[in-house]
Amino acid sequence: MHTALLLDMIADAAPDRLALGRRGEGLTFAEARRRAHHGAAWLEALGGTNVAFVGLNGPALPIAVFAAGMLARPFAPLNYRLPDADLCKLLARTAPSVAIIDDDMVARLGTCEGVTIVSRSAFEAACRVHGDCEAQFLDLDHDIAVLLFTSGTTGEPKAAILRHRNLTSYVISTVDFLGSGDDEAALVSVPPYHIAGISAVLTGVYGGRRIVHLEAFTPESWVDVAAAEAITHAMVVPTMLGRILDVLEARGESLPGLKALSYGGGRMPLPVIERALTLLPHVEFANAYGLTETSSTISILGPDDHRMAIYSDDEAVRRRLGSVGRPLPSLEVEIRAEDGSVLPAGQSGEIYVRGEQVSGEYTHRKIVQDDGWFATNDGGWIDEEGYLFVEGRLDDVIVRGGENISPGEIEDILREHAGVADVAVLGVPDDHWGERVAAVIVSHGDQPAPEDLAAWVKTRLRSTKTPEVWAFRDALPYNDTGKLLRRQLKVEMADAAKGLAAV
Amino acid sequence: MDLRPGSRWKSAVCDTEVVVVRPPKSSIILECGGYQMGPHGEPKPEGKTMAADFADGSQAGKRYADDETGVEVLCTKAGAGTLTIGGRPIGAKEAKKLPASD
Repeated sequence: MHTALLLDMIADAAPDRLALGRRGEGLTFAEARRRAHHGAAWLEALGGTNVAFVGLNGPALPIAVFAAGMLARPFAPLNYRLPDADLCKLLARTAPSVAIIDDDMVARLGTCEGVTIVSRSAFEAACRVHGDCEAQFLDLDHDIAVLLFTSGTTGEPKAAILRHRNLTSYVISTVDFLGSGDDEAALVSVPPYHIAGISAVLTGVYGGRRIVHLEAFTPESWVDVAAAEAITHAMVVPTMLGRILDVLEARGESLPGLKALSYGGGRMPLPVIERALTLLPHVEFANAYGLTETSSTISILGPDDHRMAIYSDDEAVRRRLGSVGRPLPSLEVEIRAEDGSVLPAGQSGEIYVRGEQVSGEYTHRKIVQDDGWFATNDGGWIDEEGYLFVEGRLDDVIVRGGENISPGEIEDILREHAGVADVAVLGVPDDHWGERVAAVIVSHGDQPAPEDLAAWVKTRLRSTKTPEVWAFRDALPYNDTGKLLRRQLKVEMADAAKGLAAV
Repeated sequence: MDLRPGSRWKSAVCDTEVVVVRPPKSSIILECGGYQMGPHGEPKPEGKTMAADFADGSQAGKRYADDETGVEVLCTKAGAGTLTIGGRPIGAKEAKKLPASD
């Protein structure tokens, strides 16, 4: 099943419903299909085997996604925030291709061997021609839908392959066809090159929910558009939510039309989600955990789980607010030890997942096992009721004197300290222990004393998990989709470790 | 009928169209409105009319799954005919409502 069929279905079932863009100027589903069809015919004439996309969010993105889908050409959205040289390198990896590039970004890229560069405005004009498009595209067998370059926080970006069957399986198993009311609208602020930006297009269309794109995220513009467009649904990454709450609080705005807010793409600090639940009591919150390689969400902590957790007296229920909920019914999740054995509830190991939406594939490299299981490289555990707790990337695990220590748990504890606004815990090289636990703190108000912070952790976790090296900073380095640049921080900390206060 | 996953089929007598989500365990004939369905890309056979006993309709977006043969299809276009295997209607799967996550 191809992704373009999702648009075809909804355009047949609800042709006149508003699909993309703002009220007053938006496109209906029938019009979106018509434009994608013209776009596909135009792209086909330009040749190449892939369609690259470099640009901001907007209606051109879903049109291009479906146009590429109709042609059965892989769609590769690239991170326009990369330095010019890195972006050019990625673009070259899409050759032979046609690249749709925002008009004001065309000059950045110059020329690129094997890549036909077209401006976004030229693509949009080609999609806008009158009448129906007569071009027929054969049901081609090429089944790669999307090529997504990973953010490269741990090295050279890898191109993850998502096949049509991965993405459509995810969509039809998680979304009711035309299940959205015609007053529903989703605000999409994750960028086009993020898996959530792609899945939002596909699930929004299949559910029949209008998609409003924020060109690029700022908390002020997010709140402005959410209010002006009567947004009912949105997905944000954790760093966005905290900043949105700041704006709402400052303006005394409560977004009464907002029904559901999901978050994912990183660890959500407990104080932020607790604040969100208090500020927006009418909103249904969902925490979604997924990876690029799994076509987005594989586990969800739903609205009722949030309420149960926040109002419960039971510690085991309360802590579920820090979990990613339960795996989707359409897939399987296991926790495995290093020797590959499956671990029981409560024991920590590597998260494995299996299901049709799981691709686990990169160009030139398939890392999904023959029996379909994919190793996520995330550490985690599952509680007695099946709630999944994610501890973070296994690469980030600190090994101190042979003991594996996950930074996430220590960061969570420190974030609950009143004097801590943000924190990163990581390992710094140590001659005796191999690694020592270090904490980089962004203070809230007066800078807390390292001794107090150490005591705070020690009484809640065990002493080996208590950071021994402390540093204070004005801010932590994040990429634009809210991922902590841990590797960068680790290098800086290792360089500075000798001079820092040891407790 | 080669009911491969992803293959598309259409009714001979109504607007119904389906895509195969899960293949059957062994070879079967998938019908709609009382007649065998045909490949999506081919023209409809002439002169067939819907059998009155098989006119309960299909619904776009519903997944029709048959436990006995293992086949599962997604209805991509609604029509007036009933989806059947050897005259036995295939039931629509209950939709599992999940919270929006994108």
